[in-house]
Amino acid sequence: MNVSIPTLLSDTEITEIDAEVAHLPTPAAAAIDALKIVQEHRGWVSDGSIKAIAKHLNMSAAELDGIATFYSMIFRKPVGNKVILLCDSISCWIKDCDGLQKKITQQLGIKAGETTADNEYTLIPVTCLGACDKAPVLMVGDDLHENIDEKYLQALFSNRPVEDE
Amino acid sequence: MPIIQIDGQEHEVDTGQNILQACLSLGLDLPYFCWHPSMGSVGACRQCAVVQYQHAEDEHGRIVMACMTPVTEGALFSLTGDKAQRFREGIVEALMLNHPHDCPVCAEGGECHLQDMTVMVGHRDRKYRGKKNTHHNQYLGPLIHHEMNRCITCYRCTRYYNDYAGGTDLAAMAAHDHIYFGRHEEGVLESEFAGNLVEVCPTGVFTDKPLVHEYTRKWDLQSAPSICTSCAVGCNTSPGERYGKLKRIHNRFNADVNGYFLCDRGRFGANFVNSVNNLNYPGSRTEDGRFNALDQQQALLKMAEACDTNNIAGIGSPRASVEANYLLRTLVGADNFAPGFSDVEQPLVELALTIQQSSSAMIADIKNIESADAILILGEDVTNTAPRIALALRQSVRNKAYELAADLGLESWQDSAIRTLAQNQRSPLFIATVGDSRLDDVAEERFNLAPDDIARLGFAVAANIAGEANLGSDDELQQKAKNIAKALKNAKRPLIISGTSCGNSALMESAAQVTQALCNADKQPLPLLSMIVAEANSLGQAMLISDNAVSLSDLTARACAGALETLVVLENDLYRRGKEKDINELLENITNVIVIDGLDNRTLSASSLALPAANFAESEGTLVSMEGRAQRHYPVYLPNAQRRASWHWLLACLKQMGRDEVTEIECFDDITQACATQNSSLSGITTAAPNHQFRNIGVKIPRQTHRYSGRTAMRADISVHEPKQPVDKETPLAFSMEGLNRSQPGSLLPFVWAPGWNSNQSLHKFQSEVGGQLKLKGGTAGTRLLQATDNSNNIALFESPAAFKALKGQWQMVPRHKIYGSDELSVHSPAIAKLVRPAFVEINASDAKKLGVNDGDGVDLNDNKGDKLTTLEVSINDSIATGCVGYSVGFIATENLLAGESLVLSKAENWSPSESQQAVSSGVSDV
Amino acid sequence: MSLDRPLTRNVRADKSPTYFTAYEANGGYLGLRAALGKLSPDECLKIITDSNLRGRGGAGFSTGMKWSFVPKKGDSTGHRYLICNADEMEPGTFKDRLLMECDSHQLIEGMILSAYTIQADVAYIFIRAEYPYATKILREAIAESYANGYLGNDILGSGFNLKLYVHVSAGRYICGEETALISALEGKRANPRAKPPFPQVSGLWGRPTIVNNVETLCNIPHIIERGADWFKSLGITEDAGTKLYGVSGRVKNPGCWELPMGTSIREILEQHAGGMEDGYQFRGLLPGGASTDFLVEEHLDLAMDYETIAKAGSRMGTGTMIILDDKTCPVGFVKNLVAFFARESCGFCTPCRDGLPWSTQVLNELELGRGRKEDMATLAHHVSFIGDMGNTHCALAPGAMEPLGSAIKYFREDFESHITNGCCSYAVQESEVIT
Ligand SMILES: Cc1cc2nc3c(=O)[nH]c(=O)nc-3n(C[C@H](O)[C@H](O)[C@H](O)COP(=O)(O)O)c2cc1C
Ligand code: SF4
Ligand code: FES
Repeated sequence: MNVSIPTLLSDTEITEIDAEVAHLPTPAAAAIDALKIVQEHRGWVSDGSIKAIAKHLNMSAAELDGIATFYSMIFRKPVGNKVILLCDSISCWIKDCDGLQKKITQQLGIKAGETTADNEYTLIPVTCLGACDKAPVLMVGDDLHENIDEKYLQALFSNRPVEDE
Repeated sequence: MPIIQIDGQEHEVDTGQNILQACLSLGLDLPYFCWHPSMGSVGACRQCAVVQYQHAEDEHGRIVMACMTPVTEGALFSLTGDKAQRFREGIVEALMLNHPHDCPVCAEGGECHLQDMTVMVGHRDRKYRGKKNTHHNQYLGPLIHHEMNRCITCYRCTRYYNDYAGGTDLAAMAAHDHIYFGRHEEGVLESEFAGNLVEVCPTGVFTDKPLVHEYTRKWDLQSAPSICTSCAVGCNTSPGERYGKLKRIHNRFNADVNGYFLCDRGRFGANFVNSVNNLNYPGSRTEDGRFNALDQQQALLKMAEACDTNNIAGIGSPRASVEANYLLRTLVGADNFAPGFSDVEQPLVELALTIQQSSSAMIADIKNIESADAILILGEDVTNTAPRIALALRQSVRNKAYELAADLGLESWQDSAIRTLAQNQRSPLFIATVGDSRLDDVAEERFNLAPDDIARLGFAVAANIAGEANLGSDDELQQKAKNIAKALKNAKRPLIISGTSCGNSALMESAAQVTQALCNADKQPLPLLSMIVAEANSLGQAMLISDNAVSLSDLTARACAGALETLVVLENDLYRRGKEKDINELLENITNVIVIDGLDNRTLSASSLALPAANFAESEGTLVSMEGRAQRHYPVYLPNAQRRASWHWLLACLKQMGRDEVTEIECFDDITQACATQNSSLSGITTAAPNHQFRNIGVKIPRQTHRYSGRTAMRADISVHEPKQPVDKETPLAFSMEGLNRSQPGSLLPFVWAPGWNSNQSLHKFQSEVGGQLKLKGGTAGTRLLQATDNSNNIALFESPAAFKALKGQWQMVPRHKIYGSDELSVHSPAIAKLVRPAFVEINASDAKKLGVNDGDGVDLNDNKGDKLTTLEVSINDSIATGCVGYSVGFIATENLLAGESLVLSKAENWSPSESQQAVSSGVSDV
Repeated sequence: MSLDRPLTRNVRADKSPTYFTAYEANGGYLGLRAALGKLSPDECLKIITDSNLRGRGGAGFSTGMKWSFVPKKGDSTGHRYLICNADEMEPGTFKDRLLMECDSHQLIEGMILSAYTIQADVAYIFIRAEYPYATKILREAIAESYANGYLGNDILGSGFNLKLYVHVSAGRYICGEETALISALEGKRANPRAKPPFPQVSGLWGRPTIVNNVETLCNIPHIIERGADWFKSLGITEDAGTKLYGVSGRVKNPGCWELPMGTSIREILEQHAGGMEDGYQFRGLLPGGASTDFLVEEHLDLAMDYETIAKAGSRMGTGTMIILDDKTCPVGFVKNLVAFFARESCGFCTPCRDGLPWSTQVLNELELGRGRKEDMATLAHHVSFIGDMGNTHCALAPGAMEPLGSAIKYFREDFESHITNGCCSYAVQESEVIT
């Protein structure tokens, strides 16, 4: 994908970040909040975004990058418009989430960590989503989908052309 | 002191230690990685596991990390217990999963802590069958080589770089077994103390880049105890040589001075000794300017002949040894001896000495500095004028944290707990300088003022402490002064730092006044004072001369009057000491200009007779550091070609002339002795280190390791016969691997090594924890020549100067020192040369507007008569006071500028930045 | 209103959220009204201590005792913090989500009371990133509480002030460990911290801090309102109160129920979860999330409480069980867990950072039929090397080794047959191959 990511923070981003900074002892303490805010607006956190946030929070890019790369829900690489969070933890594994993942791969043509060619979806296997009684589960964007079976999956991505690998 | 039991043996240990420290202090071998004596414990590597038993009947015990377990009376431990040993082996096995087996080509091989620990725990066979993780390496600049695959994730690098040294551009990235230590993106590491990573990293992730390119293993390096000559702090170093070349500088532990760490100028700047511009043979210059090589004897005869006159003068050097300067003074007579400072600097160095000699404060060494809990800096940009002190100050500001920790019962080694507790609370550091500084991030407040205004602030603080608050009418200044005074008064151990680098005596005097006011308040322990001077032996020079010693301009006057026939210049590039036209005038009016120096420079080029001086790594000498510590450096290897120690040339010349003063002098120690006898301030220098007769349990101290290899082979291209090793008659050290390197005085420790401990971590085998300071068993190196005097009447009362007023159309020149570029020699080290930025002038935005210049434009600097002195690139810096201009000191392009003078500035037309690109001062850079 | 199911009394069948009016109408904020301005913090602390409430986050530490370590306020200034641990990332755990989505005011009331007891003036809810719905509900509820004077300055005229913020995590299981959570809240890498000093003394920003689980905090209003004895009377066995128990895996009716503390495993499994799915046999279970030891058939009649489960060699953990059936490969099961822990290791200490990937690699070899005899010894070594308390910096690694160690104990023949047969005989699962 070729969308250029701005290296300056937008006014909205700054306002939102400053709101977090306001109740913290140091600007740098808002590092994680700021990363999330910028990710919310831009989909992911580019090198340029790291520099811009670091500057705004009066901390070094290295320190911020150390924080950004620690957390799994901060994306340091571009992701699609929607992220599919596929639970790969134990209760879903018992209910064959591995098989589910293969089916997603078949249906969308992406493996774990990959993004569809039209930049619509990125597939990321994640830790237990706290819905083990409805296993297997996945999230698309903010929406949780439970008790996924083949039919459900078909319907979920039904508007998708099946891609060959 | 508590008694603990280790494997059934009772041991008395120091209170407040952890078990790892206790074990190492007892000489027991307990492996570890993440712990570091200067950085405390975090418990990351889990290597230092021991078994602790709850009581005598407890048969199983449980594993605890020794570094995280405080000593407590009666506690029971086992190092050798099976459980602990198996666990420790498991740790190395786990650390080695992803570690490459590249020891043969690794620049850490043979002095690798990981190798040592692997052997120590007995891990041998690899069970892991998976693939290894690999990482890519980053370019980190000319000093440090990065090889991440060797990382064992001990976190020492970032703990040192960020937490200890205040760096911000190195971080731990990612998580689980993908942890990566590096920069956000490739680039030069920003910290001036990055080089310590080489010694802090227990494997070969961060290695000495110049060494990597000229590789020699530690065991093949010949070393001698040495002193860094890059500034006046006097850090102790251990240079390593092979094939007649200096390969690297390692830290040499001195509990009172540099501890475990050096600055990068010191570590990487010493490579000038390998310069292609070294002078290797004596020579004389003919009328047509050609330089003809002479042999030693011819040269000496010529010198003796030229010196046989009453119209003689000598210029010494603050970078040459006490002994060489003393002999030069002997040769020319005290009345004809100029110490070699610039006219501006000379009275300031003398003042620095006077203030310290008469102060009732404690003259601070670095260990003292680290104990300070409120600090006022008047004028010095410490990172650039005495770098190692800046690293110490970063520790001083943590005293607040230790204080809070003590309230909670935390020991000082509980590193992360203390950081958590204290967060950003620091002991107050007030910085008053002419512009921003690299310590600003830990300063309570910083004041960027013209030098005279810094002095006024200092005097106001002093008055405030003394209770004479009503001084002057400047309310703002008074308020600032009041805050500072309060912090200093409330502190247990206040520290005042000032020095000569601003070229302003008033601010030094104000520092003396503040200190005295604190002393008068009867503080115990004594308040601390630190006066920074510029060069390795500046203070020694001041001690050697009497008040009102001859200055350079005095000599120029004499020369112009035709009263000088011969001038002997000792290790001094005069063009760095005065305006070009003045130096030309001096040299052109003298028939015989004899220069003793090691590296080509303009003064050498102007000489009629040149004698090649051995550098610090090739000679012995005593240097007096800024805190008045006399310390000795020793030849690491014999001087190449016909180079000789300066003292050697001078002594030979005096002998040749048959001078009485030297009839009794047969060796180096005799010079030291004679100098000490004749100069009461220097009387202590004889004890700076043992004399040449010292023997370590009957034998000499080897410069070479037990495993030194290839003594025959290394010269096989010249001769297949191994030459007889040179005999060293001057020192207790031997050019050999025979002898005893153990428990000797700290001043005679060439390198550290102990059985099973090939890395620099072997140091603890040379330390004792008695008194809790990890002092060297053989005692600390060096002799303090300055003691606090309890005669407070000694100190003169100084006057506050008038407020600085910007002159219309003129700017006051304020020096901006640069760790890379301002000193004479380190810039000849190729790695350092790469870090030198072009010379510049700094002015604030409003002054720039007045001048009509922007960042990157050029300005002409003209004197009052309208003569152009130089043209420099503008760098806008709002921290510079209005009416002042900061200029980078010590660069060719700025040699004609004097601190404190007022100049007329104008925008340079048709100026392109490339003009000022030649960064390096006199002499040629060998980049 | 159900007295024996205090925590879930407001949970409706459709799982719709309970807003302020409904919450108050149903007796909400009565505990708060009973305490603020009427009971001193010390009196509140005594009630909680007497109630024998134990932390529901997994470790089961006495809540009253934990709170008592917070230094008495005296005349000291500076903030003190209460943090609600809503990270819920322990695989197999899905109880806190329910409490937050269905009855967020209960949690808020619990937090106000807890903060009052320890005299905290700032509170945080640290919630995982993957709970956007719960986050939204909580934020709405907090706004309602502020609007109604239950949060902010001078709450109910008592002079007590409390600010409450929601912090959404950026991911990583280790953030659930209380000291790592504090690091994360400070905006840093979530490395756990060495103890002592404990957070109660030096926690968030170096100030006294209490971290409690969502379920723990939800109990507080009821205990304050009805008293310690009432709370103790709820439990069947020694341990007090009710507990949210959950079951997942191949059972007929997986789910989460509030039951008296000490309900037997069999009752939970058979009555509430409806027993095994048709065609599946029970082989074992992890009683309370991924980091607990397996229990097997012989343990089914044990009471699900802290003491009983501990005596059986496991831990009650979060009380949400994961069932291993006869068609699921125990080696694959454990591999999934260990791989999870390896991925979620913070990377600070050696046994966890490097040991867990190694264990995963060995288990993977076994699954692929490439196991060797000596691998059993390697795994056994790991169980103690990585798992023994004190060997690592925090409890993640020991937790990771609990299922492995106990699986080797109860299902050893499965491990060995992988090696002798050179393959996994449970063909149902197509485990993803780690290369
Ligand atoms: C690796 C690890 C992860 C944890 N995750 C959680 C969690 O997600 N939620 C939780 O409440 N407690 C979690 N805990 C337990 C917390 O450290 C802490 O004990 C708990 O929040 C205390 O609350 P309680 O006393 O109310 O149980 C975790 C512990 C560890 C070691
Ligand atoms: S046990 Fe694991 S998660 Fe815990 S500190 Fe060590 S590396 Fe981090
Ligand atoms: S040295 Fe003790 S844990 Fe690293």
